[in-house]
Amino acid sequence: MADVTITVDGKKLTVPAGTLLIEACKSTGIEVPSFCYYPGLSLQGACRMCLVEVEKMPKLQTACTTPVAEGMVVTTESEKIKQARKAMLELVLANHPLDCPVCDAGGECELQDMTFKYGAAESKFMDLKNHRDEQQWSPVVYFDRPRCILCYRCIRVCGEGMDVWALGVQNRGTSSIIAPNKEDHLECEECGMCIDICPVGALTSGAYRYKTRPWEMKHVGTVCTHCGDGCKTTLGVRRADTGMEIVRGDNRDKSGINGDFLCIKGRYAFDFAHSGDRIQQPLIKHEGKFVAATWEQALDRIASRFKQVLASDGPTAVGIIGSNRTSNEENYLLQKFARLVLSTNNIDHHRTADFPAFASALAGKADATASMRDVFDAPAILLIGNNPTDQHPLLAWQIRTNVRLHRAKLYVVNSYPIKLRRQAAAFAQIAPGSEGSLVQFLAGNDAAADAAVTPQLSREALSQLREALKNEKDLVVIFGSELRGNDVTALINFGLAQGAKFICLGDYANSRGAADMGLYPDMLPGYAPVTSATSFHEDWVDEIPTSPGLNLLQMMDAAKEGKLKALYVVGSNPIARYNVDPFALSKAFVVVQDMFLTETASIADVVLPIANAYEKGGTFTNTCGDVQMLKKAGEFAGVRNDFECIVRIADRMGYDVHKLVPFGGGGTRADMGQSRGAQSGEADRHAVWLAERNLEPKMSPYDPTAMLDEIQRLVPGYDISRLGLLSGHDEHTQLVQITRATGSGHPELVLPSNDTLFTSGTLGRYSPTLNSVMERYAAKPADKEIAAD
Amino acid sequence: MKFSDQLEQRFSTMVTHYPTKRSVLVPMLLYIQDEVGALTDEAIHEIAQRTELSDLEVRNVISYYSMLRTRPVGKYNFQVCTNVSCLLRGADDIFEHCKKKLGIGNKESTPDGLFLLEEVECIGACSWAPALMMNYEFHENLTPAKIDELIDGLKKKEEQ
Amino acid sequence: MAYLVSHPDEVKVVSKRFGMGATNLDRYLELDGYKAVQKAISMGADAIINEVKASNLRGRGGAGFPTGLKWSFVPKQSAKPKYVLCNGDESEPGTCKDRLIFEHDPHAVIEGVMIAALAVGAKSGYIYLRGEYRYLLEIMEKAVADAYARGFIGKNIFGSGVDLDIFTHSGAGAYEVGEESALMESLEGKRGIPRIRPPFPAVVGLWGGPTVINNAETLASVPHIILGGDEWFANLGTPRNGGTRLFCMSGELERPGVYELPMGYNLKKMIYDVSGGMSKGRNLKGVVPGGSSVQILTADEIDVAMDFDSMMKAGSMLGSGGVIVLDDQMCIVRFALRVTKFYQHESCGWCIPCREGTDWMKKTLTRFHAGGGVAKDIDNLKYLAENMLGRTFCPLGDAAAMPIISYIQKFRKEFEDHLDGKPCPYEKAAEAALV
Ligand SMILES: Cc1cc2nc3c(=O)[nH]c(=O)nc-3n(C[C@H](O)[C@H](O)[C@H](O)COP(=O)(O)O)c2cc1C
Ligand code: SF4
Ligand code: FES
Repeated sequence: MADVTITVDGKKLTVPAGTLLIEACKSTGIEVPSFCYYPGLSLQGACRMCLVEVEKMPKLQTACTTPVAEGMVVTTESEKIKQARKAMLELVLANHPLDCPVCDAGGECELQDMTFKYGAAESKFMDLKNHRDEQQWSPVVYFDRPRCILCYRCIRVCGEGMDVWALGVQNRGTSSIIAPNKEDHLECEECGMCIDICPVGALTSGAYRYKTRPWEMKHVGTVCTHCGDGCKTTLGVRRADTGMEIVRGDNRDKSGINGDFLCIKGRYAFDFAHSGDRIQQPLIKHEGKFVAATWEQALDRIASRFKQVLASDGPTAVGIIGSNRTSNEENYLLQKFARLVLSTNNIDHHRTADFPAFASALAGKADATASMRDVFDAPAILLIGNNPTDQHPLLAWQIRTNVRLHRAKLYVVNSYPIKLRRQAAAFAQIAPGSEGSLVQFLAGNDAAADAAVTPQLSREALSQLREALKNEKDLVVIFGSELRGNDVTALINFGLAQGAKFICLGDYANSRGAADMGLYPDMLPGYAPVTSATSFHEDWVDEIPTSPGLNLLQMMDAAKEGKLKALYVVGSNPIARYNVDPFALSKAFVVVQDMFLTETASIADVVLPIANAYEKGGTFTNTCGDVQMLKKAGEFAGVRNDFECIVRIADRMGYDVHKLVPFGGGGTRADMGQSRGAQSGEADRHAVWLAERNLEPKMSPYDPTAMLDEIQRLVPGYDISRLGLLSGHDEHTQLVQITRATGSGHPELVLPSNDTLFTSGTLGRYSPTLNSVMERYAAKPADKEIAAD
Repeated sequence: MKFSDQLEQRFSTMVTHYPTKRSVLVPMLLYIQDEVGALTDEAIHEIAQRTELSDLEVRNVISYYSMLRTRPVGKYNFQVCTNVSCLLRGADDIFEHCKKKLGIGNKESTPDGLFLLEEVECIGACSWAPALMMNYEFHENLTPAKIDELIDGLKKKEEQ
Repeated sequence: MAYLVSHPDEVKVVSKRFGMGATNLDRYLELDGYKAVQKAISMGADAIINEVKASNLRGRGGAGFPTGLKWSFVPKQSAKPKYVLCNGDESEPGTCKDRLIFEHDPHAVIEGVMIAALAVGAKSGYIYLRGEYRYLLEIMEKAVADAYARGFIGKNIFGSGVDLDIFTHSGAGAYEVGEESALMESLEGKRGIPRIRPPFPAVVGLWGGPTVINNAETLASVPHIILGGDEWFANLGTPRNGGTRLFCMSGELERPGVYELPMGYNLKKMIYDVSGGMSKGRNLKGVVPGGSSVQILTADEIDVAMDFDSMMKAGSMLGSGGVIVLDDQMCIVRFALRVTKFYQHESCGWCIPCREGTDWMKKTLTRFHAGGGVAKDIDNLKYLAENMLGRTFCPLGDAAAMPIISYIQKFRKEFEDHLDGKPCPYEKAAEAALV
């Protein structure tokens, strides 16, 4: 649109036509106060805080609903305006309980801030305030009507933003009240967006209410540890007996790919971290029972048994199962440990998507993957399989918001009527299990349509869909784990022909990282086949075993047969996930690193208590390939992180850790530790300089950033901006593979987690919040979907 | 839930009058209330389904309109206007008289559930004040005697 | 049901057929029924709009916006269907005139809607009646059905090739729904929350289509303009205020009732001649000349012409035509309390100043009238009202604020007489019901 020039407080500015006055003011640094205005949500004009003077208009105008017009002359500060704002505040405060000292929002309250700024300290009213008791609407949502200022943000974010529509207004006039959808309680996705968006303390969370004051917390921005979307979350932590307890998760600073979005897991399910079930000491099994041990004892035991097995049965008798929730650095280290320290390719992880097929199909194509940000403004999106509303809440949010705000065209193909069909321009409900055939059909195999059609879905409809898709420029194609192997190749060939970008959906916080970092028996990091010479071969000091190892299920079989004698499980629960007979592992020496005594940990010989992603640094790669930094927020006494454990085991096994982790060396070492002479203080200054820039001195073998250096150097596609990463930005990797891996797929090993909004693999079971919500819904199954307005 | 044939007929004609289904909502709710006695949970769910809305959305609408109720009221619903034009012509006295005569207060029902008394806003009878509405019937230029006559008549009718 | 009155000064235009059995379609036809619409068809859209413009017809719903001008804002071309919406929500305290039109001359409303539809190119019209007007809804429904039965509405009306549907619609108790944008929301099956404007209904209205919204009396005047001519109509009234108007006289008057008088008729005469003056030997204390939403005039301010411009000059507004006459037995604080209680009850609650402002005014006035007032309450009330004025989302906030400001300005002494714990000194019964 054309630009228009307006004058605000004497300043001339040029903004695109159609811009709202409030946004135009903001763009020039003039803040117009508002409660009900919220960018991206529908306009209300209800709070009347944003009144400004517009020349030639007799009345004050609401800046939030007035689009700029050429030549408009606006005043945002005058006696008249000041008085209007003050009066508005006096009126909201008249019935406000003024319980700021105990209110959760105290210190972070928009009403407080505005009262501070515009003043309404003197109370003109002497009559009784209207009172209503606080209500609990769900395990996570509490509502306190007297504090509510009726800005309707909660209703809008729930309806327009989440497409849940669980909140409404009831009654009218002064009895107006925000109401939940099921008489006295909520049945919804429990995302907590309503709480987050509430400018005052009317909506509070069961997890956080009355726990602490905002200024008593330290706020750490890190990445959610649940699904594969990689929402940024700001964790509020404070001291507790066991370390630093996480008391709150939100994303008010809107700095991440998720803007202000978080789902129930990101917002509340950090509470597993302080679950009473957490292991706090290493455990060694003694006569069938776990006995607490010191770290030294446990590590010694592990190292000596690994060495023994290697000596007696060779490297094929040891195996490693890695994790979808440990950092890239840890995963990279783990596979390097397998290949160099144990000299084995017996390494695998719980695969939730066919990333190898994806990488292979895209081989040599840079710029062919879409980032999470791309989903927000792509003009057209094709979604095949998966149910993002449950499994990828942020992705679903991005899609919905894009459709709502930018009118993106969404095409949904699914064998179920998933909720996102409500945003779809076209929805094809194909026959169950026919996603592959559908893709073959798209790719040009007309006969393949037979499998996908249903009585409700005609062949013509499919042809129309194919034609429509062919005409979409800048299409983003998103697909779930229903598509594997050749179907992935077919889809990608179809899309590449018209310049589409792709997203392959995997389930956990770092599934993509686990895959990219080479937790495969036949692939090194970057999906490089173990069989051919790569830069890893050149770079690593020791020899890489060249024959492919055993995959996860093969390792289990080998253990059962007594061929696999030692198994090292890092942050994974294969026994439960793959439904493995626990006795299969009874002959092997099993080491498990975990937070909890999971099904797998309970049959281990040694269990090491481990820190989770909220308690350490490192990086995660989300399912789109966006890399983000983890920052240590919480702390739990007694645990160590996986990185440290792996390094220490290698060390105890007599391996030179310098060959594993490229720490130290370079120029930084010389100026460290000098307390006297010309260089004294240098180390401190250097440390301060590093800390200021969020850099860490890579002086320690436990320093994951040292590993990140190597990842960036060696793993194709990971040469992303380090500065961006360090500043908390998400950096999109390229999926560029060195060579096309052949026959590496093993699509049968892909096992989607099928998590719902309220589950999160094994981890979710230890979240009191998720459990309480699940209990609620188990007791009272929610209605099916709620119709959109 | 099925309504009477007449109401079903009304509904099916009415939905054809508007480009969106929910447009029938406000009048339909009133008609349902007239027939069922109140907007019960069941009735709300039914109309929500038919208009493709959530029950919540229907409740939001109901609670906005002062004539719509979720709980049954008296068989004879006395709504006395006390707004300014009526006030000027003694609406307070009229209302007091109704209270005494029926033995109930504002927004209360007689124990037999026959009568409900309510003070309401202007009903559009200002030039014929004071006035009340009984169900949908206007009674104007009221005097205490007229009220007695009306109430006694209804009581007598009930006794038969 | 409603009683008819008459006075020699009346000029019966809209009320011409009152009491003449015009609900019966044949009778209506005898009384020139459906002639105007046929004439309008032959005139064509532009000519209709020009005629209405020249007639100086101004909206009878309250704001007095020139009707022809409003119609001319509707775009000629529109991707979405256009609509005409007749506002029969009549809920302004003191107003009971549309009721008579629906009761006695329903077809005139239909005809008015039809002409408006022809003027703007709408294919459907809706007649919205407040929920309390059930008996009128039945009359209107029958009138519409009769008109359909004769083919006056429906397909190809009067052989014009134009299809035009008209539907009736009932509200369910909400004053705010009379506000035009809230009216559309209500018709769409929603809570009666007003819409953000612009866009105005003439451009984006019902279901997104351009919509003309007019008061029932406004629309009922239109057929008479078409038949009698713009000049005739304009000359009935005063400059820029064409025609006649139904005035609803209420209060302790000898002959209260609804009278049709020319625009610009003198208010004092309206009270003392037409309505027979004060009854029960009372004296006039003040007049609220245009429904409860407008400023009060004191006894010595009522020698004024009742048209939109003159009333504005007199410091009040012609509003909805509800002339409420206060006698000396009415305490102004009590009156203010009742008015405020109304707006507090009817505020939709959307915006802060109206929702909170009306509530605190009501609370303060309740206590004040009961003898619990303190001196600063009077200024506080004024402060509240002044800070609502012009800052609310829709004009209901203004409607609640303007009268209060005028009561305090003009009757401050009566407020002060309530101070110091004194029970209301102006009422026979000091126990004046607390509301
Ligand atoms: C709070 C409020 C209530 C209103 N109530 C009515 C009403 O009951 N009837 C009516 O015709 N206009 C009412 N109006 C005026 C309408 O908004 C609108 O101006 C009118 O229907 C337009 O018709 P007119 O131009 O023919 O007057 C009300 C306005 C406001 C602000
Ligand atoms: S002024 Fe505000 S609260 Fe009052 S009726 Fe209008 S929109 Fe609703
Ligand atoms: S921000 Fe403009 S009215 Fe609320």
